[in-house]
Amino acid sequence: MIKHDVVIIGAGLAGMRAAIEVSKELDVAVLTKVYPSRSHSGAAQGGIAASLGNSESDSWEEHMYDTIKGGDFLNDQDAVEEYVKAAPGIIYELEHMGCVFSRTADGKIAQRSFGGHSKPRACFSADRTGHAILHALHEQLMKQSETIKIYNEWNMHSLVTEGNRCNGVVVSNVKTGAVEVIQAKAVIFCTGGYGRIFKITTNAFASTADGVMAAFRAGIPIEDAEFVQFHPSGLYRQGILFSEAARGEGGYLLNGKGDRFMEQYAPSRMELAPRDIVSRAEQSEIDAGRGVNGKDFIHLDLRHLGEARIMERLPQIRQLGIDFTSVDCVKDPLPIQPTAHYSMGGIPTDKFSQVVMDAQGTKMEGFFAAGECACVSVHGGNRLGTNSLLDATVFGRRAGLSALEYARSADFAKVNEAQEKTKVLKSFEDIFQRDGSESYNDIRNEMKDVMMEKCGIFRDEEKLKACIENIKSLHLRFKKGKVTDKGKLFNTEIYEILELENMLEMAQIIATSALARKESRGGHFRSDYDKRDDKNFLKHTLVHGSMEELELKYKPVVITKHKPTERTY
Amino acid sequence: MATFRIKRYNPEIKPEPYYEDFQLEIPEGATLLDCINQIKWTLDGTLTYRMSCRSAICGSCGMKANGHAQLACQKQATSLLDKNDTITVEPLGNMEPVKDLVVDFEPFWDKVNKIKPYLQTDDSPPKKERTQSPDQFHLIDDASTCIMCGNCYSDCNVLEVDDKFLGPAALAKAQRFVGDSRDERTLERVTELSEPGGIWDCTHCGECVERCPKPAQPFYRIKEVMAVALEQGVHNNNGARHALSFVKSVKSSGRLNENMIPVESMGYFNIKGLMELIPIGLRMLLKRKIPPIIHKSIEDVKDVKRIFKELGQ
Ligand SMILES: Cc1cc2nc3c(=O)[nH]c(=O)nc-3n(C[C@H](O)[C@H](O)[C@H](O)COP(=O)(O)OP(=O)(O)OC[C@H]3O[C@@H](n4cnc5c(N)ncnc54)[C@H](O)[C@@H]3O)c2cc1C
Ligand code: SF4
Ligand code: SF4
Ligand code: FES
Repeated sequence: MIKHDVVIIGAGLAGMRAAIEVSKELDVAVLTKVYPSRSHSGAAQGGIAASLGNSESDSWEEHMYDTIKGGDFLNDQDAVEEYVKAAPGIIYELEHMGCVFSRTADGKIAQRSFGGHSKPRACFSADRTGHAILHALHEQLMKQSETIKIYNEWNMHSLVTEGNRCNGVVVSNVKTGAVEVIQAKAVIFCTGGYGRIFKITTNAFASTADGVMAAFRAGIPIEDAEFVQFHPSGLYRQGILFSEAARGEGGYLLNGKGDRFMEQYAPSRMELAPRDIVSRAEQSEIDAGRGVNGKDFIHLDLRHLGEARIMERLPQIRQLGIDFTSVDCVKDPLPIQPTAHYSMGGIPTDKFSQVVMDAQGTKMEGFFAAGECACVSVHGGNRLGTNSLLDATVFGRRAGLSALEYARSADFAKVNEAQEKTKVLKSFEDIFQRDGSESYNDIRNEMKDVMMEKCGIFRDEEKLKACIENIKSLHLRFKKGKVTDKGKLFNTEIYEILELENMLEMAQIIATSALARKESRGGHFRSDYDKRDDKNFLKHTLVHGSMEELELKYKPVVITKHKPTERTY
Repeated sequence: MATFRIKRYNPEIKPEPYYEDFQLEIPEGATLLDCINQIKWTLDGTLTYRMSCRSAICGSCGMKANGHAQLACQKQATSLLDKNDTITVEPLGNMEPVKDLVVDFEPFWDKVNKIKPYLQTDDSPPKKERTQSPDQFHLIDDASTCIMCGNCYSDCNVLEVDDKFLGPAALAKAQRFVGDSRDERTLERVTELSEPGGIWDCTHCGECVERCPKPAQPFYRIKEVMAVALEQGVHNNNGARHALSFVKSVKSSGRLNENMIPVESMGYFNIKGLMELIPIGLRMLLKRKIPPIIHKSIEDVKDVKRIFKELGQ
């Protein structure tokens, strides 16, 4: 049995930031299914928020208010306060580690505007901010290669728990197929988002809900799963992201008639209104037949910015347009549509990244989570752009600190290695033994279609009920799937199948939460209940139970400084 | 109908690699990765490769298409069709294949690790950020775009014959720190990078620039490190001597006498050093990478001499 004081699953911003913290004192391992530098944090383009005030005066109070208003008042305000206060420090620390940032004329970290933020607050590195931070953190891990053990291309399957205590994880080596148990005093999950459930998404193939579902199977509820953010600028048909920075720098959104339609929806913020509002505006235009050429896309127009500014601030976006649609945004507008982007919900944690098991805050001892897989909740019903890289680093660091503190005084608990291993080996064997005729590819495609159409930007009771039925029947078909690769060596097919199962179950949890929330708030919009309903729904959803019987519970929102008011822009 | 001719390898089943053809109608706008996914998901689930972001940022999907390293997700498939409507897909070079298009990246990362890929400073940091001007930022901006895809490493000519060479990606990463106004180990870095296996072992073929999907473009970064090394007075090594002999060759004949350079840069009397060159020279000859033996002055050698004179060399 492998043994580490602390084991971290995931090597994006959250996981690596946590590792740096733990390694100051204890033996720590980071396990990731892709090389750390391939984690999806690297795809983040636009920026990371902090009230540095480098180009205009700013304060944590304003950052806090913008975040809460952006989240449609579902955020836990005590957590938001600590988070925005920690922001400047965490940015300076990244800079000290060597992270490359774009600069102001006087050499400070440059900052730009972003949707929903009232001040230019996004620190950035051209249009590859996530990449810059991911590599800066990876550099720190390489610097500490003697003290931080990295398991590259290993997959986490399940948590080892006993009662309210987490004792390790069951994992496998992708290269050899060998299943191992890692015994640990503390486990931190930093497994990222699950946008891959939807047909059009900005997320990587690795963003598949593995961590969230492993937690659920260990008895942890899932919080606010119905809140999925659709980003307004996904490349038509592909979903690949064109950063909001394109609008932050002054880009226009035009419908098929060439009108800047945001005038009708958010006259004061126009293109820089929060994402949920812009995405709904786009979808409404498309649904009303005002897409470009009547199709399901609209235009993002950057031409008036000029080549020089585009090359200085948005070079990667220009390249993406050229590579993936043969459109050069210097000369032509880009075809875009809303795309599933960010999961506000996830594994419930307190503000110290400690995973909690119920509305009362009962701890799962030795289990922590941070980044997109976790729900603190600092984003409430809708995350503002640039707030999630900040979430991953601030709470990654906190998770590291909390795990360190816990593991310092905890002992290794007994783990029944054979039994834990057998469970996972059996799940492999189950799949290998299936002799069905169903195509996993068809099931995956149908799931993505169903979730996009019936649990997407505009939802209602009828669609959601149909969605749940569809997903359940896909799950049945899943059990009759057909596998072709039965080898042990680098078998990517078997991992894709396991990921699909996680996504199917997560899809059902999302739709079930969405059906029960009979109101519209942030990223969750019900055409049949199109107003926010604070009286009945100013509360977090917690889905408990098992896939056979999902059970919905709720917990109150923590409100400290800002009473909910109507959200207009 | 397009043919995807894919190099297959699965040592669990068969010790030798082989090629397998798959027929696929290329969907409109599909990238090479889209097509390979289609093949895996509808024709043969055993086909194995890495991918994740499908937007040219994670560096997972490097593979050879028609003999050259590419990011599969960045290339429109139709742009790769040859005259027989075929795309030949193989794993990256200069790394050991594991299964199909998956290669072992460990040596690649070991070399990145060797260049001390992290900021090194002496003082404790200020309370806020260290300042850096936009110009200073631009010195490291290009190198910092590297996504560690290994495309350059795959197609580097020197690595084919000398696996001790750190290779383009690690050296580009080195420039990211050599050029960083905040780093305080410049001299130490360029001294180490001037050792065998470092910057001076690059043959300036430029292949890595062709293969790099990002502005990182390693060869230009290597040249920047060379310039800093010479500037810092790190001359006492074969590479710097090579550079100086390069200057001499161009000055006297107007072109590069590549046959003389290995000899001069080892020093005429370094018999042992010369002997060590023989196997590499032979391997390069076998791979037709050696320059023609006869070396003539170019016509306007006078002009070249004049330029050097004006430059005060
Ligand atoms: C295209 C795009 C652009 C974005 N732009 C911005 C932006 O500009 N600003 C902003 O603030 N936010 C942005 N976001 C959101 C932000 O990037 C993410 O929320 C954040 O990076 C998540 O970081 P993370 O560390 O939680 O997860 P990730 O970086 O996704 O890392 C997840 C890690 O978990 C590992 N993992 C997952 N499952 C397993 C398993 N079963 N076994 C082993 N390992 C596993 C993966 O290998 C990976 O290392 C963007 C998101 C996308 C998709
Ligand atoms: S220029 Fe140098 S580093 Fe680049 S491929 Fe050629 S020999 Fe290799
Ligand atoms: S330098 Fe370019 S080709 Fe080489 S690893 Fe980096 S991004 Fe890839
Ligand atoms: S899949 Fe990420 S670079 Fe191609």
